[in-house]
Amino acid sequence: MGILVIDDEAPIRKLLEITLQSNGYTVGLAATAKEGLAMTVNDSPDLIILDLGLPDENGQSILKKMRAWYDRPVIILSVQNRETDIITALDNGANDYLVKPFRTGELLARIRSALRSATGEDNEPVLRLNDLEIDLSARIVKKDNVPLRLTATQYSLLALFGKNAGKVLTHQYLLREIWGESYTDQLQYLRVFIAQLRKKIEKDINYPKHIITESGVGYRFVAGEP
Amino acid sequence: MLDVRILFPFTANNKISRPYQYLISIVLVCLVSAVCFLFAAYIGAQVVAFILLLTLSLIAMSFDILPVLLTALLSALIWDFFFLGPRYNFRVGNTEDKILLSMYFVIALVNAVLTFKIRQIEKIARLKEEKAQTLRLYNTLLNSLSHEFRTPLATIIGATDNLLEEPSRLSPTDSRRLLSEISVASLRLNRQVENLLNMSRLESGFIQPKKDWHDMKELTYSIVHQLEEQLIRHRIEVDIREDIPLVRLDYGLIEQVLYHLVYNAALYTPESALIRISARCPDRALEIIVEDDGPGFPEAEVGRVFDKFYRFTYSQRNSRTGGSGLGLSIVKGFVEAHNGTVELMNRLSGGARFVINLPVENFSTSIGS
Repeated sequence: MGILVIDDEAPIRKLLEITLQSNGYTVGLAATAKEGLAMTVNDSPDLIILDLGLPDENGQSILKKMRAWYDRPVIILSVQNRETDIITALDNGANDYLVKPFRTGELLARIRSALRSATGEDNEPVLRLNDLEIDLSARIVKKDNVPLRLTATQYSLLALFGKNAGKVLTHQYLLREIWGESYTDQLQYLRVFIAQLRKKIEKDINYPKHIITESGVGYRFVAGEP
Repeated sequence: MLDVRILFPFTANNKISRPYQYLISIVLVCLVSAVCFLFAAYIGAQVVAFILLLTLSLIAMSFDILPVLLTALLSALIWDFFFLGPRYNFRVGNTEDKILLSMYFVIALVNAVLTFKIRQIEKIARLKEEKAQTLRLYNTLLNSLSHEFRTPLATIIGATDNLLEEPSRLSPTDSRRLLSEISVASLRLNRQVENLLNMSRLESGFIQPKKDWHDMKELTYSIVHQLEEQLIRHRIEVDIREDIPLVRLDYGLIEQVLYHLVYNAALYTPESALIRISARCPDRALEIIVEDDGPGFPEAEVGRVFDKFYRFTYSQRNSRTGGSGLGLSIVKGFVEAHNGTVELMNRLSGGARFVINLPVENFSTSIGS
């Protein structure tokens, strides 16, 4: 698996090179947007780690450009932790967003998860996520092999999560997909249904392991490590 | 400096506007003159002069120079016209009275100018004092910051030196211990940077809470998760009713508030102490309580904890805890940005209790499924 790192800070490039290589990935390094875009075209990496604060071009606009022809996962790595920046990056097509400083374990987990969904493992008609089994064609959800009784909305929400396992889904995206365009500012609906869904699928509702809150941004459905 | 301020108690604040100063001066001089006039048969013109000078001195203590000069002129004329013989005209009879009148005028002027000058000196002194105060605060900040940044940096530099230069002499356990020290120190640095950014947001006055619907249970448990490592030796109790309504607040800000309070509780209480987080939603309000059964705060310090740079005296003896003294002032700032209040009290049974009250809209979660 080839990963391209686009970051203008040499220490971060070095850290990522060592971390990723020792975990069995081949690594390409770029220090500028120009270099990064050229390497994306030439090497067609399996995943890109992109810093938003590059010297020659704004990261958000590079992301938009890339997305015109590059459809594999892009993970943003940035010192900006403002919620609006994160939401913009996700809207511009980023798969995930990590704020510097980050824990390497966390980064590796996000990479694995992004690669898994990109290679189509999660696009089967039946999604198996640890103790959960979502049969998208039969619309049946099982937890520890016991069928769950879900309402239509609860099922749509869970299916949407399952199809995007590992990816951060913004509040607006979820509201638009499930309730429609005019509901994108009705966050209270989402909160209520997330709470209901958690009650049914989580072992301990206070320690959710499936539906993780991304503070101020949205939710992430965690498939668990295989 | 202080004496001057006591002498002129009205000058610092509550300044009366210029037109009112003229009005009050004229009315006061006329009033005093009228009273003297009633008793003119019993007191001599010289006594009246002293009474008028006293009135002038009183006016000079708190009013600007121009009204005071006007008062001086007016009182001299009144004295001459109504009291100094021959009365009811501005002529002055004998030489003695002429000397008296000119002296009256000179004394009145000197009086006015002197008090004015003293007040100017006082004003400069006050500005200097304010500057010194700012400088002291600034120094406290720098001291506290350089300590908070240098301590973890010293750990990181020292540990990496060891790891780079003497790898063969270190046992694997020692290497691991050094590495984990580096990790802890960097997390501490990161937290300080976060605090500084939050503080500067507060100082700039640009905190606009971005309110949206949130689930208090979710917020609370997210804090407990984030602080899992710090709380490993403590007992945590969360008391939030299952059916607590959704509340409208800025998640990021209130998350920071709870983070600081729970983090502090973990830092300043002994192992196996109980930390309890509870929240309830009375009418149009949200009450969050973070309490512990640790040693609590000394009563004398309870009122000061939300001051900037405050550090619990105990914590200075405990080098592991650290802290820039910004945490609780950030808590207060973020709570106040929500128009809420935060209070600290010691529990009767021992331990500290922080009570946060926020006015919030709420939304019942019991809508249809």
